[in-house]
Amino acid sequence: MVFKDKKYMLLFLTPAILLITVFLYYPLYKTFVYSFTNFSNWSPKFSYIGLENYKRLFEDPVILVSLKNTGILLLGTIIVEVGFALVLAILVDSIRKGFKFFRMVYFFPVVISGTAIGLMFYLAVQYEYGLLNGLLTAMGKEKIEWITEQSSMILVLIPVLWQYVGFYFVIFLTAMASIPQDIFESAELDGITGFKKAIFITVPMIWDVIATVIGLVIAGSLKVFDVVFVMTGGGPLDSSQLLSTWLYQQSFVFNNQGYGSTIAVAIIVLGLLIYVLSSKLTQRESVNY
Amino acid sequence: MKNKSTYIPEKMFFKGKMSKVATYIILSFWALTTIAPLLWVLLNSFKNNDEIISNALGLPQMYLKTGNLFTNFESLGRFSDNNIFRGFMNSFIISGSALFGILLLSSMAAFVLARFKFRFTKQVTAYLVASMLIPQFAVIVPNFVIMREIAKVIPNFQGSYMTVIIPHVAAFCNFAILMLTSFMKTIPAELEEAAIIDGCSIPGIFVKIITPLSIPAFVSVGIMVFLWSYNDLITPLVYLTKVNLPVTVLISQVQGLYSTDYGAMMAAVTITVVPVLLLYVFSQEYVIKGLTAGAVKG
Repeated sequence: MVFKDKKYMLLFLTPAILLITVFLYYPLYKTFVYSFTNFSNWSPKFSYIGLENYKRLFEDPVILVSLKNTGILLLGTIIVEVGFALVLAILVDSIRKGFKFFRMVYFFPVVISGTAIGLMFYLAVQYEYGLLNGLLTAMGKEKIEWITEQSSMILVLIPVLWQYVGFYFVIFLTAMASIPQDIFESAELDGITGFKKAIFITVPMIWDVIATVIGLVIAGSLKVFDVVFVMTGGGPLDSSQLLSTWLYQQSFVFNNQGYGSTIAVAIIVLGLLIYVLSSKLTQRESVNY
Repeated sequence: MKNKSTYIPEKMFFKGKMSKVATYIILSFWALTTIAPLLWVLLNSFKNNDEIISNALGLPQMYLKTGNLFTNFESLGRFSDNNIFRGFMNSFIISGSALFGILLLSSMAAFVLARFKFRFTKQVTAYLVASMLIPQFAVIVPNFVIMREIAKVIPNFQGSYMTVIIPHVAAFCNFAILMLTSFMKTIPAELEEAAIIDGCSIPGIFVKIITPLSIPAFVSVGIMVFLWSYNDLITPLVYLTKVNLPVTVLISQVQGLYSTDYGAMMAAVTITVVPVLLLYVFSQEYVIKGLTAGAVKG
């Protein structure tokens, strides 16, 4: 059935489009505008200061730290998160008993909010009563101060990576289930099993999905906020600051909305840049079956 | 001849009998990492400070003996500014309304995209897809200004639930529209044709035919957007005033408030995590399907 009534077309489509325009596209444009101003303390009186904020961005030492941290996060997510998810999916795909159990528990962290996970890991690394020091004491060792300037980024990295392994694991598992069985059968007749089979058959067969997932984790790594905000708040001494947490601090704690908007522009530009690069890198002929 | 349907190819990753053992050891190890922290928090939310330190990994004993096992949970209501129970109510009001708004607006828009002869279908779809690429952080400051402008016209708007519901609807409905459109396209058109002949109007078709038939898609899209909204931290953190804060924001402030009451902090995590996990365990297939279908949005 194809309807043509223009009245209903407008009536049904307009609310959603209007909302997206007013609360997504218009603010996006506004962010670019604010990034050239000295907008601060939410005062409606602000003036254009040219590229002043961008100059500040390039001279800001915290930006350098958060870029470095974003880099660590990116490498971590691509290698550890995607890697673990892939290995676990290959292994779970190979068993029959316990398949459902593993899929269920691996997905646990995905449904929990980043905030609760942040608090959970915050509690786990505390000196007095944390899980890690509890384990150390149980093994008869001395307690350790876990969160330091050097370790903070690695410590927040663990829950961030841990949370989404199960998510990509399920995506890989679903993709593997759609590989036709006869390919494995003929591989077996040729004597290809185990490790070789995973590398030469399973991985190439789902390469499309792996590429998509790499795109997803890259986009996701720029969105990380909750876990870091709750666990360290970007500290100690800004050592675990990310672009997102720094943007929050500038805009809503130091009340520097102009400069905060410049950081937002940096996030957008960085996102586009990484996206273009990664889609170039993961591009490969897709397998049809 | 070997019956093909009963032939199951050997899929084990490692060779021989050891392979099975190794596989299960690795898988169990990861399962342990996803279960152990949750179990640790759960157990410790029933202990007092001394016991959390002296008996970190064991079962709770002291509160069990004295019979007031839920002491930590009771103390969560201690701060009137940070009442986790009220936070739950706020969370459900916000995410429930956002869910309702998203499903309503998205199904209407999806109906047009799936069923109307519309010249700009392609452009509208591109507009929606592009809007999904706009990061939350890129709109948070200007939206705050917009909210303040609205508050000048509507009294009591500043800090109200609506300041979070509206951005959530705007941010998540693009994806819902695309999902629902592709679902509605698969609904056979015969029913609608028959309804038209019987004199049914277009809104009638939408309410009586398209909506009921789209319920499976509503469920998976609904779970997804509800969890996104429920788990979101930054929007309510920035826009809401104290009494309206949802549970995510309250949880993010717990370390400051309860800094010496370890048990209460554990209880705070438990009480946020358990309902979501229960919901998940009982509707696993829907949740997994809903969330991974939403992968594009991440």
